[in-house]
Amino acid sequence: MSRILIEQGRVIDPANNVDNITNLYLQAGTISAVADHAPDGFVPDEVIDGRDLIVIPGLLELSARLHEPGKEYKATIKSETRAAAAGGITSLCCTPDTHPVIDETATVELIHRRAEDAGFARVLPIGALTRGLKSDCLSEMATLQAAGCIAFSNAGRAIKDTQILRRAMQYATTFDITLILQAEDPWLAQGSCAHEGAVATRLGLNASPVAAETVELARLLALVEQTGARCHFSHLSSRRAVEMIAAAKQQGLPISADVAIHQLFFTEMDLDGFNSQCHVKPPFRSQRDKEALRRGVQDGTIDLICCDHQPHEADAKLQPFPQTEAGISGLETLLPLTMKLVEEEVLTLSQAVALVTHNVAKVIQQPLGSLTPGHSADVCLFDPNAYWELEPQQLLSQGKNTPFAGWCFQSEVQQVFLAGERVFRVDYNTVE
Amino acid sequence: MSLKILRPAPSSLHPNANNVQLDENGKLRHFLSFDGLKADHLTEILDIAESFMGVNEKSSKKVPLLRGKTVVNLFFENSTRTRTTFELAAKRLSADVLSMNISTSATTKGETLLDTLRNLEAMQSDMFVIRHADSGAAHFIASHVAPHIAVINGGDGQHAHPTQAMLDMFTIRRCKGDFTRLKVAIVGDILHSRVARSQIHALNLLNTAEVRVIAPRTLLPERVESLGVQVYHKMDDGLHDVDVVIMLRLQRERMKGGFLPSRDEFYQQYGLTQARLQQAKPDAIVMHPGPSNRGVEIESQVQDGPQSVILQQVTYGIAVRMAVMSLVMRNAGASA
Repeated sequence: MSRILIEQGRVIDPANNVDNITNLYLQAGTISAVADHAPDGFVPDEVIDGRDLIVIPGLLELSARLHEPGKEYKATIKSETRAAAAGGITSLCCTPDTHPVIDETATVELIHRRAEDAGFARVLPIGALTRGLKSDCLSEMATLQAAGCIAFSNAGRAIKDTQILRRAMQYATTFDITLILQAEDPWLAQGSCAHEGAVATRLGLNASPVAAETVELARLLALVEQTGARCHFSHLSSRRAVEMIAAAKQQGLPISADVAIHQLFFTEMDLDGFNSQCHVKPPFRSQRDKEALRRGVQDGTIDLICCDHQPHEADAKLQPFPQTEAGISGLETLLPLTMKLVEEEVLTLSQAVALVTHNVAKVIQQPLGSLTPGHSADVCLFDPNAYWELEPQQLLSQGKNTPFAGWCFQSEVQQVFLAGERVFRVDYNTVE
Repeated sequence: MSLKILRPAPSSLHPNANNVQLDENGKLRHFLSFDGLKADHLTEILDIAESFMGVNEKSSKKVPLLRGKTVVNLFFENSTRTRTTFELAAKRLSADVLSMNISTSATTKGETLLDTLRNLEAMQSDMFVIRHADSGAAHFIASHVAPHIAVINGGDGQHAHPTQAMLDMFTIRRCKGDFTRLKVAIVGDILHSRVARSQIHALNLLNTAEVRVIAPRTLLPERVESLGVQVYHKMDDGLHDVDVVIMLRLQRERMKGGFLPSRDEFYQQYGLTQARLQQAKPDAIVMHPGPSNRGVEIESQVQDGPQSVILQQVTYGIAVRMAVMSLVMRNAGASA
């Protein structure tokens, strides 16, 4: 494995409080040093000019639907890990709603093997919390954890039976397992495709009220309080939910939360004209909700940002709005959008980097998302002053479904390393 | 820093580029909803409809405006009244008419909505009249049809039913004249009603003095006042002094899902009886888009009474649909 020197880049590593123009040394697939001078005996095989570039740990995505196994017409592990690399993401947590569901070790092994064969990014499976995601029996969490599942979720499907939910939490604490949960009351959100407000009223769309989120969040928080389960709440969408998370953290509950990056840029207004690219779940809510989510990210109430990657085939969005499938293909816009929050002065650069690297690693308790010597050499180099316009057809993801078509971005990923191997370079279209 | 080729900004688009139903001159290309329309658009349709009233009263009821054109009525949802009046309107304009009832199960057999459209386009159709159970279906179709085809929304989900609203406006104008002095009350299931949404929109575009909705909260969408209405929960208060009462159909299935406890209680609270109608102005008219449920939302005595214009609405529906069809076809011809 080659020795790589990335010279004179602006190295930002929030985990180690680093933000300097300095050198980064990679050796034997791991971080060797972040320093102005080479470690003893380090002779680089390759020197990369890092001037004008920002050097950060490879990003982690907590919520990626890879659709393999089962729905390869939407996406494959190969296509999506390649897209991840192009987006500066070196680790992807994949959701358990594959076919078959990730509730057997064989499925975990299959996913690991496919990811290793592709070689573009690390795939960290999230196990199914209940068998078949059917919400009636617990999955074999301890076995799946040993096989490599880094957390457990019910893939957005509410466990209606509160007793089962409580026991899932209790069982998870036995094995020090993190749960990833989405707060959506299945009755209040039933059949909905938009936020309950003026826009849905005008367009005549079935709508989900804010209470769909807060009612379920209250139930989940009450059980966390009682069981002490470590729970991560995914994809917050409302101001009230941010307030509830803040209060629960104040109270000392072992919780964390994330927001999908698109929630920080769109509101219900963007559904106008029945724009199916803006059909997401939970739905885009009001301007006030968007602002509260931004504040939550700013003040740390929301621990991390994900892109909630959901690649779809073109037909999935070519239907009347309520029939379209929800979701955005987001891997390749996660970093540029996060940096947009820096450009808009919502976040500092270091805050922004932490939200998509170290903070994600902390939630899933993996030694990733930092440039700590000895850790895997997962590195992303990006140019903060490269202007480009997003054209969906140019996305590497198999899913071209994005509402960001035509947006201009300033930050562009230049090179990406996974365990010291180059997995993306902007001026090569493909990596051999 | 890498060298980038900057693509030019998206080509300078005309001001109506976001509104699929208007062409670059602001003319009605398709008729999907009242979004982005002005009072002039509505008045134009009403005036043309007025001119067709004469045609419909003659013994030979045909005009050759759509001769040689093919109109396809694409009904993905059941309808008798709307479909037949569209059919009659197209025939009176001398068009060839094809009516298709496509149950939703047929489209779930694998053919997508777009496939169905492509097939019909291949048959050299000129106009689609669409009824579909999903809000936004007509917009979706208008955004994807070949440029020479005009699309008319015959009702999409809970979103819009613009030709119904236009025939209601026509009825009101014929009976009452000036909208700016009128108080209009719409009663019943606003939440599920595309007709109500379109009526409210049209009434506001025509500067109606006051538009009221009367319903229990379970049958009102959130933030309904943002549509430009005064909200009333009590029938007697809401009907007080109005010039027009529009009753909406109450679907039987609303008792499920907790929208209402029973039909009886709904009738007691919101049914339009002769006694209740006394609250309105003495010359108030009563309208209903049909089909009505006697004894559920309206008393037979009212429906058949002197103030009811329900059957006139049906008659006017033909003239108004002729007006809409000839107008959008003319505009489609101009821009194609």
